Amino acid sequence: MNVLPQFSPADFASDQEVRWCPGCGDYSILKSVQRTLSQIGARPENTVCISGIGCSSRFPYYVETYGYHTIHGRAPAIATGVKLANPELDVWIVTGDGDGLSIGGNHMLHLLRRNLDCQVLLFNNEIYGLTKGQYSPTSRFGTRSPSTPFGSLDQPLNPCGFALGAGARFVARSYDLAQTKTPEILARAHAHRGTSFVEIYSNCIVFNNAAFEKFAGKKAASDSQLWLETGKPMLFADGAKGLRLDREAMTLEVVAMADQDPKAAGILVHDETNKTIARLLIEMPFGDFPVALGIIYCDPTPAFDGAVTEQNRTVAAGKTRDLNALLRKGDTWSVDAAESSLPVEAEPLQ
Amino acid sequence: MTTAVANSPVTDRALPPGAPDAVVMRFAGDSGDGIQLTGSQFTLSTALAGNDLATFPDFPAEIRAPQGTTFGVSAFQINFGSTSIETAGDIPDVLMAMNPAALKVNLAALRPGGLIIADTGAFDERNLEKAEYASNPLEDSSLAPYQVVALDISRLTLDAVKPLGLSNRDGLRCKAMWALGLALWMFDRDRQPLIDALQAKFGSKSDKLVAANVAALNAGHVYGETAEIGTPLKQVRVAPAEMAPGLYRTVTGGETIALGLVAGSQLAGLPLFLGSYPITPASQILHYLARLKEYDVTTFQAEDEIAAICSAIGASYAGQLGVTTSSGPGVALKGEALGLAIMSELPLVVVNSQRGGPSTGLPTKTEQSDLYQAIYGRNGDAPLVVIASRSPSDCFDAAIEAVRLAVEFMTPVILLTDGYITNAAEPWCIPDLTTHQAFPVEFSTEVPTEGRINPYQRDPQTLKRLWIKPGTPGLTHRIGGIEKGFGTGEISYDAANHQKMTDTRKAKIDGIANFIPEQEVSLGESRGKLAVVGWGSTYGAIQQAVRRVRARGGDVSHIHVRHLWPLPRNLGALLKNYDRILVPELNTGQLKTVLRDQFLVDAQPLNKVSGQPFKIAEIEVAIEQVLATRS
Ligand code: SF4
Repeated sequence: MNVLPQFSPADFASDQEVRWCPGCGDYSILKSVQRTLSQIGARPENTVCISGIGCSSRFPYYVETYGYHTIHGRAPAIATGVKLANPELDVWIVTGDGDGLSIGGNHMLHLLRRNLDCQVLLFNNEIYGLTKGQYSPTSRFGTRSPSTPFGSLDQPLNPCGFALGAGARFVARSYDLAQTKTPEILARAHAHRGTSFVEIYSNCIVFNNAAFEKFAGKKAASDSQLWLETGKPMLFADGAKGLRLDREAMTLEVVAMADQDPKAAGILVHDETNKTIARLLIEMPFGDFPVALGIIYCDPTPAFDGAVTEQNRTVAAGKTRDLNALLRKGDTWSVDAAESSLPVEAEPLQ
Repeated sequence: MTTAVANSPVTDRALPPGAPDAVVMRFAGDSGDGIQLTGSQFTLSTALAGNDLATFPDFPAEIRAPQGTTFGVSAFQINFGSTSIETAGDIPDVLMAMNPAALKVNLAALRPGGLIIADTGAFDERNLEKAEYASNPLEDSSLAPYQVVALDISRLTLDAVKPLGLSNRDGLRCKAMWALGLALWMFDRDRQPLIDALQAKFGSKSDKLVAANVAALNAGHVYGETAEIGTPLKQVRVAPAEMAPGLYRTVTGGETIALGLVAGSQLAGLPLFLGSYPITPASQILHYLARLKEYDVTTFQAEDEIAAICSAIGASYAGQLGVTTSSGPGVALKGEALGLAIMSELPLVVVNSQRGGPSTGLPTKTEQSDLYQAIYGRNGDAPLVVIASRSPSDCFDAAIEAVRLAVEFMTPVILLTDGYITNAAEPWCIPDLTTHQAFPVEFSTEVPTEGRINPYQRDPQTLKRLWIKPGTPGLTHRIGGIEKGFGTGEISYDAANHQKMTDTRKAKIDGIANFIPEQEVSLGESRGKLAVVGWGSTYGAIQQAVRRVRARGGDVSHIHVRHLWPLPRNLGALLKNYDRILVPELNTGQLKTVLRDQFLVDAQPLNKVSGQPFKIAEIEVAIEQVLATRS
């Protein structure tokens, strides 16, 4: 772990002026990513940030790596081509709730099921920022916005739930201000072979301010955040509360610890390969339950790009690359010069 | 389907009755009868016999339309002969009708006096009813203008495969092979290559299947050998065509596009990446390339058309040759991504195998109606390169040219082909790739001594920008769909800069006219009364029509445009050398409009959108009319 960083976080800051609104949560995430890149010993030339459209998608301009700011929702598709063309590149997809789950939902679904080796950072601010404040697919029911002046009527999507359902093998969650935890999560995401899906709540100070205040605010933090660590009991509120599985109802329940031993109290121990519990953690209704943060699920399986490269290699093994020979394969016949006399067109007098 | 023109008296005069040096044969049956396989086998045999040929597979969109219905009819037409053959033929001489529906749909096109071979076994009450025949045409006098050979092919086939113990259903599947056997006898063909081909195609699946098909094939042949003299069934020998010396094979446009793309990528020195989504009639290119992994080809079946082009753009960004293949509706979905490729100035080849439109249109029928879409169909001022191939064998060169222009100018190139070219087969004189001029790509690796790299730094001649692969040390930079500063490559909302960049993108594409060949005249003089200007798959029909009118002394020339955007630099001046310009197109007049717009010439349209290619006679009549109205 203690590799001396060759590039400092500052080396990963580009010379471009960052143009997010002052106070936007995306600033903190940018810092966390730059710190992560430094810590994992990333090389700028081997790192590629690919984004779609939206406030979050401006991200690549601010990082001193290769970057491609593409079109709305399509970053996963572009990234797939990049990674299949050059699996050596370290690809980071940066997207938002609208970009990644609304217009680009289909690509996100297929990226996750294919398990392309890349990181997806989904900045979830539960609103459309760049288009000035319309509700998004993650906005809560009843959200008032310019396009829903009387409140939105559609049920929101749970990004991590979507990812898990699509077959993601790495699902994690953090929030903008968690600047110590986020780099740790991102380092794990980077180390994971396959698509690492990381949802990061980000506060849009202009159009959806304080949307996450209830659990991300300084006062609320301890009581309402459950930071998961594999092998550790699921405790929160400074150890005063824990989570237990009601094995009959197959639901989670909050237990007041009152100095009990977690094991004796039947507190769940986080096993990041357990998909069933991951599903329950992701879908805990906030209020009665804390918000699950950290690495919720990680269970690696071979990545798509590696499989493609491998199949290309095995199928091609021992075969010639002689295209002239390929052109001549199959049923051919030859016309000799002797027997050929090119037809002369009978042209009228001119 | 058939046009009024084809049946007009003028046409009958224009065509010699009977063509001893060429035969047009049409196999037709139910879409489950194996007509396309039969047709391709007969094509192989024709090619091996040394005839020149052109084919036209004509099948329904449904995989298995309800049996016996007219809309479930699948047909395969082949024109072959000892002379130069350039279309699949206007009017069949022989119709092999495997059921009443096949007869009903195809009879109108048959030459009066032509030969019908019909399977009486399939002319039962149910099938007659499905084809809406009130009485059996084989028994009433409705086929009097034709020669009819009515045979119970169904029974003869079942008898032939009986020893193999097949069920009736499986046995009847071989009846097209029986018909093929008879056709082979009619034209005095060698059976062995086909037997070998069947063995190769199905041998691994089932020996019994191969044996049954071979038995049916042989039985059909024997039937011909023992047929009584005096029936319309007789043997015809079509002499081999005189062709340029060389090694030949038959190819479809789908195959040559795939091969040409691989050849182009090798000439450029790049691995090829194909991102594609299945769509008729373009999928064959994906299928073909998916097998060519040893040629540095990666194929990716994407989740949709948008992902297909985006993955190709991603591959180009990473330093490979990105290609995407589709048809009109799919290309419509790719529009926004094409804009991104134009804005980020990356090489990309987009193959559009056109079909009848709009919307789902006629998926299995041919049309040339995506020219506007190719040239203009994007938001913003978004110029790119458009070229078209004119025949199955020409697709090879057209695909290489598409790759060359894409990498030499860092631009998307749309290669237009169509359902007809993609599916049709013709003999191809196999080129020697070692003699092709390579155009190796050089990626930028040089780190500037001071300041940072401007990825939009341009070659002064071609105006193409640098191609820098991610992974190159010292050259990290950001590109994207937002306008970029001319001198920096960084985001720029500056008004004057947008003007400059828009002008530059246009100038780059316009300037390509200096790097493509001048327009040649395919047939005839470079001035005169009438120029017939075409593009794409109408080449053969226009060429033959112009040749015929010229043979009668008509002052007409044929100009066929490959480079549709930018247009060849001499085209405007060339067109002004003619009194009249006629533009035959399988659309409602798209190239006609482009020519009028670009050169202010009075181009007149000749249009057809029936899902079928032009008949030679249709163009011939139109030429005569134009020449006649001019005194
Ligand atoms: S609109 Fe919201 S999300 Fe966008 S930059 Fe401003 S604060 Fe951030």
